[in-house]
Amino acid sequence: MSRRVRLGLFAVAGPGLLAVLLIGLHGLPAFGDYHGVYGLLVSRIEPSARHATDIVTALNFDLRAFDTLGEEFILFASAAGVALLLRRMRDEASVERASGIEDHRFAGASDALRLASLALVPLLVALGGYVVLHGQLTPGGGFQGGVVLAAGPMAILLAGRYLALKRIAPQWALEALEALGAASYALIGLGGLIFAGVYLKNFLPLGTQGTLLSAGMMPLNSVAVGLEVTGAFLLTWTEFLDQDLLVRGGDRT
Amino acid sequence: MSYLPYAVAAWLFMIGLWGVVSSTHLVRTVLSLTVVQSATYLVLLGVGYRTGAKAPIVADIPTKSKLVDPVVQVLVLTDVVIEATVTALLLALVVQAHKRFGSVDPARLRALRH
Repeated sequence: MSRRVRLGLFAVAGPGLLAVLLIGLHGLPAFGDYHGVYGLLVSRIEPSARHATDIVTALNFDLRAFDTLGEEFILFASAAGVALLLRRMRDEASVERASGIEDHRFAGASDALRLASLALVPLLVALGGYVVLHGQLTPGGGFQGGVVLAAGPMAILLAGRYLALKRIAPQWALEALEALGAASYALIGLGGLIFAGVYLKNFLPLGTQGTLLSAGMMPLNSVAVGLEVTGAFLLTWTEFLDQDLLVRGGDRT
Repeated sequence: MSYLPYAVAAWLFMIGLWGVVSSTHLVRTVLSLTVVQSATYLVLLGVGYRTGAKAPIVADIPTKSKLVDPVVQVLVLTDVVIEATVTALLLALVVQAHKRFGSVDPARLRALRH
């Protein structure tokens, strides 16, 4: 379909879709006037039943724990998909051993930026770890903290040291990290099946509300998801960067 | 005024869709799709909002406080994960399309013509 036909079709279908959309949105409760009982019920039950203070995390790792398992495996499958799509083709070569790449610099990156980027690495890792571990207390958890954790090593890229990043986080290690995260979440669920009779049901002591080791198995789930997300994001990002920085050959040269 | 967030969501949805349809660069197509998806965040969070309510964190607030709906917030979290995975896979396909056809203009991809 040519661009002209596509635009013509949109000129007709677009306003129609917008009209349907507006009619549909008009049927929603007015902004700020929500009366759903499910959320209210959860907000009342979760703090006393699981000793968590962040209800979003409590939902994620308790009531919707099985959905989160699926969500985690979506991420797992997607990282595997990206790795598969961006694999080395027969006519492509890796230039990892070529000279010059070790000190790959981004155009215009000053020494100050490179130094500041390296200083960011420990800060980002610390913040990521904090967000992962405090998921049951404050906004955060495995998914959010995992992305921050993955951003830590990526700051090495900003410092212009991509091969150093590849040495610190080689592909096999990222794959192992990702697999470890996914497997431990599934195994924690198995613990629920054995000790509490229901898959992914809490089987650990609930602890004191508001402390780091509270809310039963939520901190464990959070760490498992955090590892999985860190691995999956770093794997995906480095796959793309490999394409740009390391892979040569095929039709591109 | 009380429907403003939904109106913004509808606008984001349509402007993103326009981006997908009118795009001459596949990366722009993928990014436009993320704009479409961001409309869903706004609808979900907008639906769960209650006037004067607090964030669903029950530390340091009176026990009878009004809270916004945490269920839709969890759905947004799932939504964000899905968006990240879909974007990554689509961009990987764009990289491969560029290798195969030497172009990222959808009109110039031989396999997509006709």
